Amino acid sequence: MSSSSSLSLTLRIWRQRQDEPRGRFLDHHLTGLSPDLSLLEALDRLNQQLLLEGERPVSFDHDCREGICGSCGFLINGQAHGLRSGTTVCQLYLREFSDGQTLTLEPWRARAFPPIQDLVVDRSALDRLLMAGGYVSVNIGSAPEANVLPVGRDLAEQAFEAASCIGCGACVAACPNASASLFVAAKLAHLELLPQGQPEASRRSRRMREQMDAEGFGVCGNQLECSAVCPKEIPSRLISRMNHQAMA
Amino acid sequence: MRLEPRLPTGPVADAWGRRRQELAQIAPANRRRYRVLVVGSGLAGAAAAASLAEQGYRVRVLTYHDSPRRAHSVAAQGGINAARNYQNDGDSVDRLFRDTVRGGDFRARELGCHRLAEISGSIIDQCVALGVPFAREYGGTLSNRSFGGSQVSRTFYARGQTGQQLLYGVVQALLRQVEAGRVELCPQRDVLDLISLDGVARGAICRHRLSGALETHTADAVLLASGGYSNVFHRSTNAVRSNASALWRCHRRGALMANPCFTQIHPTCIPSGDPDQSKLTLMSESLRNDGRVWLPRRAGDHRTPDQVPEVERDYFLERLYPSYGNLVPRDVASRRARELCGAGHGVGPAGRSIYLDFEEAIEREGRGVIQARYGNLFSMYERITGVDPYREPMRIYPAPHYTMGGLWVDYHLMSTIPGLFVLGEANFSEHGANRLGASALMQGLADGLFIAPATVPAWLAEHPHPALPHHHPACRDAVEGVRQRIAGLRAIGGSRLAVDLRRLLGGLLIESCGISRSAAGLRSGLEGVAALRASFDQDLRLPDPETPLDPELERALQLEDYLELAELMLRDALAREESCGAHFREEHQSESGEALRRDAGFSHIAAWEWRSDGAPIRHQEPLHFRAISPTARSYR
Ligand SMILES: Cc1cc2nc3c(=O)[nH]c(=O)nc-3n(C[C@H](O)[C@H](O)[C@H](O)COP(=O)(O)OP(=O)(O)OC[C@H]3O[C@@H](n4cnc5c(N)ncnc54)[C@H](O)[C@@H]3O)c2cc1C
Ligand code: SF4
Ligand code: FES
Repeated sequence: MSSSSSLSLTLRIWRQRQDEPRGRFLDHHLTGLSPDLSLLEALDRLNQQLLLEGERPVSFDHDCREGICGSCGFLINGQAHGLRSGTTVCQLYLREFSDGQTLTLEPWRARAFPPIQDLVVDRSALDRLLMAGGYVSVNIGSAPEANVLPVGRDLAEQAFEAASCIGCGACVAACPNASASLFVAAKLAHLELLPQGQPEASRRSRRMREQMDAEGFGVCGNQLECSAVCPKEIPSRLISRMNHQAMA
Repeated sequence: MRLEPRLPTGPVADAWGRRRQELAQIAPANRRRYRVLVVGSGLAGAAAAASLAEQGYRVRVLTYHDSPRRAHSVAAQGGINAARNYQNDGDSVDRLFRDTVRGGDFRARELGCHRLAEISGSIIDQCVALGVPFAREYGGTLSNRSFGGSQVSRTFYARGQTGQQLLYGVVQALLRQVEAGRVELCPQRDVLDLISLDGVARGAICRHRLSGALETHTADAVLLASGGYSNVFHRSTNAVRSNASALWRCHRRGALMANPCFTQIHPTCIPSGDPDQSKLTLMSESLRNDGRVWLPRRAGDHRTPDQVPEVERDYFLERLYPSYGNLVPRDVASRRARELCGAGHGVGPAGRSIYLDFEEAIEREGRGVIQARYGNLFSMYERITGVDPYREPMRIYPAPHYTMGGLWVDYHLMSTIPGLFVLGEANFSEHGANRLGASALMQGLADGLFIAPATVPAWLAEHPHPALPHHHPACRDAVEGVRQRIAGLRAIGGSRLAVDLRRLLGGLLIESCGISRSAAGLRSGLEGVAALRASFDQDLRLPDPETPLDPELERALQLEDYLELAELMLRDALAREESCGAHFREEHQSESGEALRRDAGFSHIAAWEWRSDGAPIRHQEPLHFRAISPTARSYR
């Protein structure tokens, strides 16, 4: 907001039409960018340019543009959500890049995330993981008074941290095996830590882990790339927790 | 047309309980025969879909997003109110009810506000049972904090991510029903029209965002929970894909639109700089507990903030409102900021910001305390602006935030189209002219978890309809209408992209129908919209896409609806010759610049009827206050 300088960037973007079996990288040049724009706003600008030139705009997912909905996400120079830790793509501002830099943008690549177009992939497998038990089975209207079951502050905080996963899929994209372990482990921890989620804990855990295989996610090889790229900094110890619980 | 709000008679306090006893029901074994279509999977839609499916109805959910967990509700920060008196500070259903009616400046129905306050407690019970990790005390009971507009501590929260956690709770309830085969979840669908037969809602037409196919979905009742329309201003605190289309198309099919001009502007947002900036980010209101708002006393002072000595600073909210200071309500703070910026005191790009300064708080409390209180907001600010708010004051400005207007609904949440129910921010109910903090989440969940699941079955029980086949003319005509509309837009073949016109519309609307409104400004706003409408009709550029995935088409369709909605907002603001809540008409203010309500002429809900000739009709639903008598708000 403060600087008045302007940037030029080259965006090497993975372009793959919906109906194409393979894609390729194309270079797109942008000039006169304000460093106060976000990277997604630069993509908006590029798309306006492409539309006016009669070219096909770049498809990318986005919505809230403040790091909370989990829609955005692609690799930037090989890193899921870019180099800055604890950050989604929509929170990356151009002031973090230097004039003349080339950024390579490519989609999440994982068997369980089929490509849709350009930078967009289908992440509905994550919802199907939740369907396989990622909930508390309580009917609406039959809840007990909220304070009947006390939950210690520390426990509530831990559950909250696990629950803050936004379902972006970066963990899967960063994992050499394309495993969804961090996502599943986060959901299991969120629900198991709270007394409300405990009665069906072991059934939930078994079913969600089975569903992971069914969706074509790989197995966890303990590389822990997932945690490193997670914009919500979900800790990898939740995976150990999940494995531990499963063996118990 | 006569508006029939179906309000219960008799005492306010147990009106909802009495009404519930009278509502018709359907035997469990028969419920499977009824089909309900829900549009939207935010808090309101997901909650309603899950509840009705649990009861045994066949539910189908159409939603724009790829996953229900991404609905805009996920972004709500501050918290959700409930009258629980957990803090022993004397809170009660009655107190929450009164705060809601007063906060809305007496432009909401008493009975609706009372019902909301009554239901609020059950919402918390339900959400806790679903696994929402609310903040807790060390002893394990639920924590509360206080929020603007109330003197008690009744806001339940999950750090700064309350909306996210509530949404995940209800979405998980929804996915459980999907898995059980009781809900069919249809993501990536852009709802573009309502199907109605003999004036009764029977389904919706949508475009599959990935395949481009136009689809027909029929049902025995339609529930619209598609969110608010703040994005008509182009840049707002809403997610950039939030839109008014589903709502507007229902309006064109006969659902009246109530109080469209009641749009809340939030005073503490990160202002806009570059024209390519796509949204405005909210900075929680809680910052005003410690931050001091100021501007340079001298107009046109371009020095950096540290160079402006204390005596040359104007702490204008503290000066004007000694008893409330920086914590005056949203509408009042926003207006004063706008006036001073208009008079040349503003700072930042184009003089469109004010300072929110933590220097004194940091000196007084220490950096650690401030960091613990607001750390996540400070880093969000730093990330977006590149400025460290621990060293330099934040620059903030008011931004469009929440829409209190929406489709008119009766006490059963049914619109003027029988069989079309409207839930959450898409309806107009309960907030009146101004929404208190932490009450939108409460309303969305009350609608979805408890009200619609009681009133929708009563409708189904009393109005059995034979199934509507897709080849019925009502369906075929609706699909054909959408197809022609899309073809018409493509045929324009002009030179201007939708986003270009969209920016102009937003700028025009914020100037003429934003924080402050005047008859002259509103009239010129109407002329401006007409001119933009002409540019749209003649000069829109909507290129043929190479593939069905076509965000540019979505944008153009939305813009067409926004243009019409903007015009109605201006008309509504022009007709409401008073100031109330978020609607400030310059002609109606006291000598000290405060809003003057005119109860004699305007104690009513304005509900507009669409007319294809461009001359919408303004209907009125009078408001009656039996439990509380209207008084003026004062914050001096
Ligand atoms: C930044 C921010 C902070 C907030 N903080 C608070 C707070 O602290 N406390 C509080 O009480 N309130 C808060 N609010 C307000 C509150 O979040 C919203 O009013 C509420 O979440 C709206 O819920 P909803 O279910 O009505 O709609 P939404 O959550 O907006 O859901 C709309 C749904 O409809 C779908 N949809 C929309 N259009 C279409 C279409 N054409 N076709 C198909 N589907 C469609 C979307 O996909 C989505 O699923 C905040 C709002 C914002 C913007
Ligand atoms: S665990 Fe982290 S990286 Fe994985 S989906 Fe959740 S938020 Fe994204
Ligand atoms: S757009 Fe919502 S997290 Fe990035």
